[in-house]
Amino acid sequence: MTVTTNQTGITNRLLDLIPAASQPQTRKDYTSDQEVRWCPGCGDYAILATVQGFLPELGIARENIAFISGIGCSSRFPYYLKTYGMHSIHGRAPAIATGLAVSRPDLSVWVVTGDGDALSIGGNHLLHALRRNVNIKILMFNNRIYGLTKGQYSPTSEVGKITKSTPYGSLDRPYNPISLVLGAEASFVARSIDSERAHLTSVLRAAATHPGSAFVEIFQNCNIFNDGAFDTLKDRSSKDDATLRLVHGEPLVFGVERDKGIRRAPGGELEVCAATDDGVLVHDAHAAEPGLAFELSRLTGDSAGVTPIGVFRDIDLPTYDEQLNGQISDARARQGEGDLIQLLGSGDTWTVS
Amino acid sequence: MSGQVRDRQIHRLDRVVIRFAGDSGDGMQLTGEQFTSETAAFGNDLSTLPDFPAEIRAPAGTPAGVSGFQLHFSDHDILTPGDAPNMLVAMNPAALKSNLKDLPAGADLVVNTDAFTSANLKKAGYSSDPLTDGTLDGYRVHRVPLSSMTIDAVNALESSTGTVNKKEAERAKNMFALGLMSWLYQRPTDGVVAFLEKKFAKRPEIAAANIAALRAGYNYGETTEAFAVVYEVAPARMKPGRYRRVSGNLALSYGLIAAAELTGLPLFLGSYPITPASDILHELSRHKRFGIRTFQAEDEIAGVGAALGASFGGSLGVTTTSGPGLALKTETIGLAVTLELPLLVVDIQRGGPSTGLPTKTEQADLSMAVHGRNGEAPLPVIAPRSPADCFDAAIEAARLATKYRTPVILLSDGYLANGSEPWLLPDRADLPDLRVTFTTGPNHTGDNGPEFWPYLRDNETLARPWAVPGTPGLEHRIGGLEKADGSGGISYDPANHDRMVRLRQAKIDGIARDIPALDVDDPSGQARVLVLGWGSTYGPIAAACRRVRANGLQVAHAHLRHLFPFPENTGDVVRAYDRILVPEMNLGQLRAMIRAEFLVDAIGYNQVRGLPFKAAELAGVLEDVIKQ
Ligand code: SF4
Repeated sequence: MTVTTNQTGITNRLLDLIPAASQPQTRKDYTSDQEVRWCPGCGDYAILATVQGFLPELGIARENIAFISGIGCSSRFPYYLKTYGMHSIHGRAPAIATGLAVSRPDLSVWVVTGDGDALSIGGNHLLHALRRNVNIKILMFNNRIYGLTKGQYSPTSEVGKITKSTPYGSLDRPYNPISLVLGAEASFVARSIDSERAHLTSVLRAAATHPGSAFVEIFQNCNIFNDGAFDTLKDRSSKDDATLRLVHGEPLVFGVERDKGIRRAPGGELEVCAATDDGVLVHDAHAAEPGLAFELSRLTGDSAGVTPIGVFRDIDLPTYDEQLNGQISDARARQGEGDLIQLLGSGDTWTVS
Repeated sequence: MSGQVRDRQIHRLDRVVIRFAGDSGDGMQLTGEQFTSETAAFGNDLSTLPDFPAEIRAPAGTPAGVSGFQLHFSDHDILTPGDAPNMLVAMNPAALKSNLKDLPAGADLVVNTDAFTSANLKKAGYSSDPLTDGTLDGYRVHRVPLSSMTIDAVNALESSTGTVNKKEAERAKNMFALGLMSWLYQRPTDGVVAFLEKKFAKRPEIAAANIAALRAGYNYGETTEAFAVVYEVAPARMKPGRYRRVSGNLALSYGLIAAAELTGLPLFLGSYPITPASDILHELSRHKRFGIRTFQAEDEIAGVGAALGASFGGSLGVTTTSGPGLALKTETIGLAVTLELPLLVVDIQRGGPSTGLPTKTEQADLSMAVHGRNGEAPLPVIAPRSPADCFDAAIEAARLATKYRTPVILLSDGYLANGSEPWLLPDRADLPDLRVTFTTGPNHTGDNGPEFWPYLRDNETLARPWAVPGTPGLEHRIGGLEKADGSGGISYDPANHDRMVRLRQAKIDGIARDIPALDVDDPSGQARVLVLGWGSTYGPIAAACRRVRANGLQVAHAHLRHLFPFPENTGDVVRAYDRILVPEMNLGQLRAMIRAEFLVDAIGYNQVRGLPFKAAELAGVLEDVIKQ
């Protein structure tokens, strides 16, 4: 398959199946006429602005982009984008997007979902879409709470969370979304933060460039029901010490002074060390096995005092779409196009005169 | 095998019902299928009914593991696989035990005596040997040591292709039985030989063993004195043309492929394995050269979700399932109702509730199909009446779905799915033109010039425009929230919601004007009783009506293909008769709809035994109602 480069240099063998934009686009081209109805101050605004700013960079025809969402605050997203869109039902967006992407390789299909939508009611679809490596890009806004239903704990809420449905504290352990999807052997796994525009844009670019399914967790502040959940990762004063920016091929080093690193402890687990220590690991997002990516996903503020953001894993695997459509073109090349009347008369027939 | 009948009396029969019964591992389905192929080739009309156990491999020799195949064939047109067998072939005691109750006195019975060991009798639950204890008095019993004669026949083979072991030889006994039945009913066997050679092309020694068993069975009939007569059923007079035999699920699969071609849309099937619908997934998966995309989803919900996603993209989205799966798909079907996108939902009904009777037939999903969604969520519901009719019903479902931008539920059932009958192959010119055109330009002028309004309806059909992603300038968002009439933007306005609910209803109600009138079969025009049926009860009801009329009574029969909305004249039809009888394989779901809709005192005749109605029984019920 030939790989061509579009105007901005973003490319992959599947993106190249999508018609290019006839003229340069701007953010305005992606802004719909719908009034945005999230709570003032919600992290969703920043994500929307970043996506609207990023899409023109893709350089593909706007009409060949579709955003599919489920139910929840984040799932209002498609209404605010001037692409094709569907606000579907709770948890099912990956399934609907799968049918669309598989049947229309000329489309760029995105899923917008939340922690409740993707991990609770729709957990099964998320895992299977990623396992199949369908060419869809899944943006999961994780605010660790149910916003639209007004503040119940979610599958990513910390244990002991006091909410309306858990006045004595929530009991169940949260999912670590990155660990979960790596378990499903997702071929592209990344994390970013709503307010980190440049970082989020770079992650979106990497996701768009990746052939196959991409899972992007975006830490998103719900200032109404779970305000400040990611403050340590966002505050100017703490963020450089609290986040580890993953860059493929670069050493795993972080801190305001870039004085801290990640290495393997004698017991085999990852630990924080000095950046100058021996054995600081180099990030390998392209490793065939998801082992290191999984270990990195286990680093959290609680477990290690640092949370990795960026691309955990990005490997090129055959996609479901390519393979399914390939089976069709192979069959046609070998046997020719189907002939209906011939098919109906196949098998044993007899004639009555 | 010339079919010579030496020294035998020939009995001419107008119709025969034969049932093969044995253990799941005995190859009864294959035997029945092959006998059916011979019969089709011979030119009889026919109808078949397989009966499989729910368990894949129940313990061998037990009644739970008995598999059966019934075939009705005749010299005239027939409508059902027959009420009761004239001939039962029982391969073991368990098969005898579970099938004997269906056998009328005087019927023929072939038993494999080799299988009547004390161990097998015990497994079947017999405390004494039915072959000797008088259980079989009143039947014409033919005791045939099928297993040992098969082994002898295979052993006698001087094979250049290699030999088979004793177990493999014994497994060919179903072909011995087939050979014997082929002789008894004077069927040609060349097709079976060709079939076996092809099926076992890679194991020629197995093919040879099976063919030897087939021939031995045939010759056994011809050369021994075990059978005093042979039967002959002359070919039926059927409409000229080219025929094949087709099961409901195969016809439905072909109907979907045809619908894709006729609409000009690529076919996308999102499905999850479930009995008795899986065969449609299997069949469609084979035909990649037609551009068909089949997607075995992680669950029923994803199956219908992916189909709806494909419809959004301009495919003919289809999902196939059975009752429990339809329950899971409910929310997505509701979404399709409000998105107003075409979607075909095929429900091959089985016994319910819950897991129910997965391999048995029932018609008890009608209420769910018509009413089973949250909110006011009307959609067309249609049902085929016979296996071959599944082809036309699938095309009709696609016509309504694409023309009216709506999900359509197609209610087949286990009896139609697995039953088969001859099918007069259609010509390409007989098939309707259903070509779909997508909207490609603005349809409204707003303050800022031309716009696309996704919910601006067609005046006649009330269907909304279908603009697919990839169409420049028509980018739009649709969703499950209520939409403003016309523009399609989100609207919480009370009056708008009221209007949209009524518009969606009016769109579906309007389909009544676009479907054929309900046809009444009332040859004398004198009938005062109407039998109203739907779906797979067509055969038994029509056969029962023939019997009633043959007895000099009058009865009318109407059969609904469209269950929602009803054809426009349905009210006139049901009001024109003194009594309406609605036989259903449920507890009265259509009857309730007819009573509610037309305020007529329809009475029901209801059975939920997992089996189709018997024509004779139904005829008795009809006569009682007529004579009341
Ligand atoms: S409830 Fe929370 S997540 Fe939802 S819109 Fe308001 S701030 Fe955003």
